[in-house]
Amino acid sequence: MDRLKVATVWLGGCSGCHMSFLDLDEFLIDLADRIELVYSPVVDVKAYPAEVDVCLIEGAVCNADNLEILHTIRKHTRVLVAFGDCAVTGNVPAIRNQLGLRNDENVLQRAYVEGAQTNPGVPREPGIVPALLPRVMPIHEAVHVEHFLPGCPPPADRIKALLTQVLSGTEPRLEGAQLKFG
Amino acid sequence: MAARTFTIDGKHVSADESATILEAASEVGITIPTLCHLDGVYDVGACRLCLVEVTGVPKLLPACTTRVAEGMDINTDSERLRKYRRMTLELLFAERNHVCAVCVANSHCELQTLAYTLGMDHVRYEYTFPRWPVDNTHSLFGMDHNRCIMCTRCVRVCWHIEGAGTKNVSGRGARSQVISDLNQPWGTSETCTRCGKCVMSCPTGALFAKGVTVSEMERDRTKLEFIVTAREKKQWIA
Amino acid sequence: MVIDDLIEIAEKEKAARKPCVVRCCMAAGCMSSNSQGVKEALDRAVKAAGLEDRVEVRGVGCMKLCCQGPLVQIDQEAPGATVEVQTIGKGPLYEKVTPESAASLIETIKGGSTDVSAADPQHPFFTQQFSIVLANSGIVDPERIESYIAAEGYHALHDVLREMTPKEVVDALIKSGLRGRGGAGYPTGLKWATVAKTASAQKYVICNADEGDPGAFMDRSVLESDPHAVLEGMAIAAHAVGASQGFIYVRAEYPLAISRLQTAIKQAKQLGLLGSGIFESPFNFSIDLRIGAGAFVCGEETALMASVEGKRGTPRPRPPFPAESGLYNSPTLINNVETFANVPAIIRKGADWFAGIGTEKSKGTKVFALAGKITNTGLIEVPMGTPLRKIVEEMGGGAPDGGTIKAVQTGGPSGGCIPAAALDTPVDYDSLTKLGSIMGSGGMIVMDETTRMVDVARFFMEFCMDESCGKCIPCRAGTVQMHHLLAKILERKATLRDLQKLEELCDMVRSTSLCGLGQTAPNPVLSTLRYFRQEYLDLLREDALGPGANGHSSRTTTPAPQPAGGN
Repeated sequence: MDRLKVATVWLGGCSGCHMSFLDLDEFLIDLADRIELVYSPVVDVKAYPAEVDVCLIEGAVCNADNLEILHTIRKHTRVLVAFGDCAVTGNVPAIRNQLGLRNDENVLQRAYVEGAQTNPGVPREPGIVPALLPRVMPIHEAVHVEHFLPGCPPPADRIKALLTQVLSGTEPRLEGAQLKFG
Repeated sequence: MAARTFTIDGKHVSADESATILEAASEVGITIPTLCHLDGVYDVGACRLCLVEVTGVPKLLPACTTRVAEGMDINTDSERLRKYRRMTLELLFAERNHVCAVCVANSHCELQTLAYTLGMDHVRYEYTFPRWPVDNTHSLFGMDHNRCIMCTRCVRVCWHIEGAGTKNVSGRGARSQVISDLNQPWGTSETCTRCGKCVMSCPTGALFAKGVTVSEMERDRTKLEFIVTAREKKQWIA
Repeated sequence: MVIDDLIEIAEKEKAARKPCVVRCCMAAGCMSSNSQGVKEALDRAVKAAGLEDRVEVRGVGCMKLCCQGPLVQIDQEAPGATVEVQTIGKGPLYEKVTPESAASLIETIKGGSTDVSAADPQHPFFTQQFSIVLANSGIVDPERIESYIAAEGYHALHDVLREMTPKEVVDALIKSGLRGRGGAGYPTGLKWATVAKTASAQKYVICNADEGDPGAFMDRSVLESDPHAVLEGMAIAAHAVGASQGFIYVRAEYPLAISRLQTAIKQAKQLGLLGSGIFESPFNFSIDLRIGAGAFVCGEETALMASVEGKRGTPRPRPPFPAESGLYNSPTLINNVETFANVPAIIRKGADWFAGIGTEKSKGTKVFALAGKITNTGLIEVPMGTPLRKIVEEMGGGAPDGGTIKAVQTGGPSGGCIPAAALDTPVDYDSLTKLGSIMGSGGMIVMDETTRMVDVARFFMEFCMDESCGKCIPCRAGTVQMHHLLAKILERKATLRDLQKLEELCDMVRSTSLCGLGQTAPNPVLSTLRYFRQEYLDLLREDALGPGANGHSSRTTTPAPQPAGGN
């Protein structure tokens, strides 16, 4: 049987979910035999492959780049998993939404002007900082998502539980405390 | 005192006629989810999580305020009830800013616990991301309106157990909020006795003791139980 | 006060009546277009013409055809004729009278002519009316109790106190078949009987005058036009159930109604028609006003009672029902303005007479406030069972400017839209419920083909969202999400999945909300979906109907579709 083609991506998040993924420890070795990691921050592949079975998506949808890659992923992936609270709820990156309209501009001012120690100024040149979306979204507000893996970050055993279910071909079903946010 | 016999989820149960469905169910080990209910203060039937089906009654009934009756056939768990309960929780999460990861009550929160117990893996409604203030003016406690679910437990313990009447509700609909005295900073309240019962009663991270950080706000409900026992049984034991 | 006193007041009032009565509408609708100025001009013109001996200019309540206000009606008797009550209201009804044109109306009394147009008295708007509740409206002077007494006012109260036992009164109400006019249609007599049989030293009677449905102004008109009928109805109810204290809960937005009620209560007290030992019987009854501060939810009876008690106006779960434990935990009878206003006539003319009007299960008449896209905006009172078509097309004159009626909204934010195809439905409680709407308090908003039904649903949802008290989660947060989804549909950003979410929320909010506000808030959405679903579908995003957009489940491992805007 072909190995399952798995991708992981990192949108607007802290990479904590990926760290937790690495906490899978020896299960990673099992995993290496059973999946093919075709795209991930931890592998050196630049373009999202054409056919992917499962993609774990960390982070919220914060900027134009996030949205673009998310649509690409949806197009080329069979099963999307919202990986961690930022992807599932928006979580910390979405706190800026509370600032209301033009919160994106306020955030840029805070980061690049008020907080700057040298050369204050928002970088506007194309290709430097992708345009921030006016509203940070959990990924299911932008595309259809099959499974949700909450947690900040999801503990390694929770990731393992879901991956095991996916690999065994059963319908992933997390229950009880396995669904705990935070 | 008269006993009533009835069934809950097919179990034959008997309880005093003064018992609510919630009390009778809890007696026989059947847990009905609640958020606004708090042992020791009167019920308001506001959160709608404890709604149950009673055979022959077209409407769903709140278990916390409905008294048992002879021959009642009560169903506390059905596909329909589970669906409504999950929706209620999703509505709550979408309503204000419940960011569990950075909440003082993380891992000690009734809302969070209910969400995973009832299988809420994500929220299907768009988050509204309202802007609510945090009142940090009190010397001992803080109030984060972002986490408030308007269960009004704090209001009820403040009035009916402490008797201070500091906490109340102002505004209506999605703009309703818990206030101190005449909608003033909590720290300027002249009625607050700084007893902390409101903080002990809060199911979420809305009311907290100052100095706690993420996941550190644990409630000690025995402190409330002590007072309730004293009031109801005139005994100074918890 | 004994019956002879009452008769004497009535006789004196009738004797003083002048052969010509110029009635000028002084209800809020006409007053908003300066009928006060018109009345002053009429007074001046009468004086100038030296007609004071022959002509009385009387401020009266609503004369129904509100869209043509200010309205003035001149009833004139041939010289020497005795004025009979029956001839009143038969003279020409002048429309859109101004202070400038008022003098020319007085000229007509002397045989002159006027340019002011008069309404066609043969129009179905007038001929098809059947007045019980509005019988005195536009006839009596609402600020003079003598005027009401001359129209047989307080005679029913006398009969009840001196000649009937409380049980006989309750039985009469049951026999009459009167049902609550506030909207739900609970049999009034049964409610009275429940309160009557409770054993309690203290009981209350409350009149719910917190009329709040958008487009509804029936109760306001009754209070402004005939306040004593409501007071008399309440006193009769109090006698029947054994209460000694009454409250009228009226919204602060009705200042004229409040002032007329204050005047009426004061006058009734002065004559001993309210107070202690009324008609020299052991019956004591006082009425106080409580002014609502503008919350729609305070029309819900448990919220209303909390508000009367001075608490935050939020509903509480029922049972216990107010009849067992209401105001200050005492048994409380709570009825709507129009319900009470029916009572004196039922007592005076008999339960059988009343039960002979209307349909088998809906007796008597109903007052409706016609508003929206309709030619004759105003108040009508018709027998129950009158077909909707007769009301809106014949009496209401159909949509203005040759438009076509598309739907009629009844019951306000708790009701629904009845499509034009169902206009032949008789208006009664059960038929409207069957159509997915409700009788409601009597607001009737007519829509023509320019009205977008999703707009209508969104408008009412916004109303409910703003007016939700915030106590229970489904209503507080559910209306916000339903409103958001409706707005999204109107912005053409919604998918079929959003529509499904909306319908799911409608079901949930209806089934789980604490009070009637939340339980009925989805009705305008549900009824427009039922009759105008295509209008919703037409507004969905173009890609919304793609494969897989339907029947979504978040737990599927099958290859997924890619509609953006997902779960």
